Amino acid sequence: MNSLSVKHLLGIKYLTRDDIELIFATADEFKEVLSRKIKKVPSLRDTTVVNLFFENSTRTRISFELAEKRLSADIINFSSSASSVKKGETLIDTVRNILSMKVDMIVMRHPAPGAPVFLSRHVEASIINAGDGTNEHPTQALLDAFSIREKLGAVEGKKVAIIGDIRHSRVALSNILLLKKMNAEVMVVGPPTLIPNYIESLGVRVEYDVAAALRWCDAANLLRIQLERQEIQYFPSMREYSLYFGINKKLLDDLDKEILIMHPGPINRGVEVTSEVADSKHSIILDQVENGVAVRMAVLYLLSGNRMN
Amino acid sequence: MQPRLILDNKKLNLTINRLCYQLIENHKDFSSTAIIGIQPRGVHLADRINKRLKEITGLEIEYGLLDISFYRDDYRHAEKKIEPKPTTIRFSTEGKKVVLIDDVLFSGRTVRAAMEALLDHGRPSKVELLVLVDRRFTREYPIQPDYVGKAVDSLTTERVKVEWKETQGTDQIWLVAAKTDRI
Repeated sequence: MNSLSVKHLLGIKYLTRDDIELIFATADEFKEVLSRKIKKVPSLRDTTVVNLFFENSTRTRISFELAEKRLSADIINFSSSASSVKKGETLIDTVRNILSMKVDMIVMRHPAPGAPVFLSRHVEASIINAGDGTNEHPTQALLDAFSIREKLGAVEGKKVAIIGDIRHSRVALSNILLLKKMNAEVMVVGPPTLIPNYIESLGVRVEYDVAAALRWCDAANLLRIQLERQEIQYFPSMREYSLYFGINKKLLDDLDKEILIMHPGPINRGVEVTSEVADSKHSIILDQVENGVAVRMAVLYLLSGNRMN
Repeated sequence: MQPRLILDNKKLNLTINRLCYQLIENHKDFSSTAIIGIQPRGVHLADRINKRLKEITGLEIEYGLLDISFYRDDYRHAEKKIEPKPTTIRFSTEGKKVVLIDDVLFSGRTVRAAMEALLDHGRPSKVELLVLVDRRFTREYPIQPDYVGKAVDSLTTERVKVEWKETQGTDQIWLVAAKTDRI
């Protein structure tokens, strides 16, 4: 088993456990490449990648761009704010025009859930989902689990609490799907209004008490409150949210064990996590960012191998 | 075609011994030499040579393994996917005399990729190539070995099968007709 079962990375939903393990094993080797003085390999020198971003991004976009450059790919960057999308062009037309210039792979972020799946039915290029609305963000889940594996030795059997805006978070959904495929235990924590109904059907526990969740877990993945996706008010005030669900030093000091504090970024300091915790030794937030490049290199490399077969 | 035994256990050990003495002749105290095995198939031979050199000379020689998956020119064309393996070069190859080690030299594509990969770890003063089996007349690149265990004339359709004690329980090298896994 040394190639992926898929041609696109549209979501964790479509991956097998073998695929995930292959991505991790490949990312291990890319991590070694990134520790060298010359951090570049020629694997994708015959490949052109377009980064299509219809939604804002800092980390994911830079991380993908760096991963592509470290693999020697040619890159085109596209952001909808500075493009003809503003003039009324449809998604398929935009992409077909770009592809007619001989582009092999598309990294895509879009506010509409399912946009990458839709596109994959209409174009030949390999598509990597870099976040589609509230649906999935597969590379984030892969790098989160890769970081857990690196710090705790394995993903299987580990207890992970995902805390925050579960309802609007694509990171939460991709993480739940991936962690369950890897046989980890998952708990979601947040105000009842931000926990989707029937989430238990994904095989996760639900908890409303943050202190209890921290006592249970080996790693806590904190999510940002996605105000831009909230059409109504889900809780009285940010201050109240922070009081009940924010992670502070006292909560961690009260534990009789050490847990990992993770965050996919961007952090709202003082809301879901205090600065003291975000900058503490428990926090692996910057390790996650570092691992993101290696994991994305692995995904690009493995999908490019499937392109010609 | 019946599989033909090229080297048996005893001859293989003699050959490895001879290769070590040839290296000693050219590298003397190995003070600026690094031995690098090419992943995955050059590893067993490189391990043996490294161990034997240490027994003979008593010297600690810089030793590492090099994975070339990301440097191959046939990754997207290969029928069988290449699985990346660890690279363990914990030293700079800058100014070193590097001895690359692989089991079988066939098209020369692996060695070409290995040289490209090697340059990402520094600029060696010299690169030499040691192979256990040199399949002559099958090269696709202008690459020749400096140290040869055994030169073999074979058809391109034939295959050289190397078995190691570490994995197959016995040291043997066979020449087999293509598409036969059993010998």
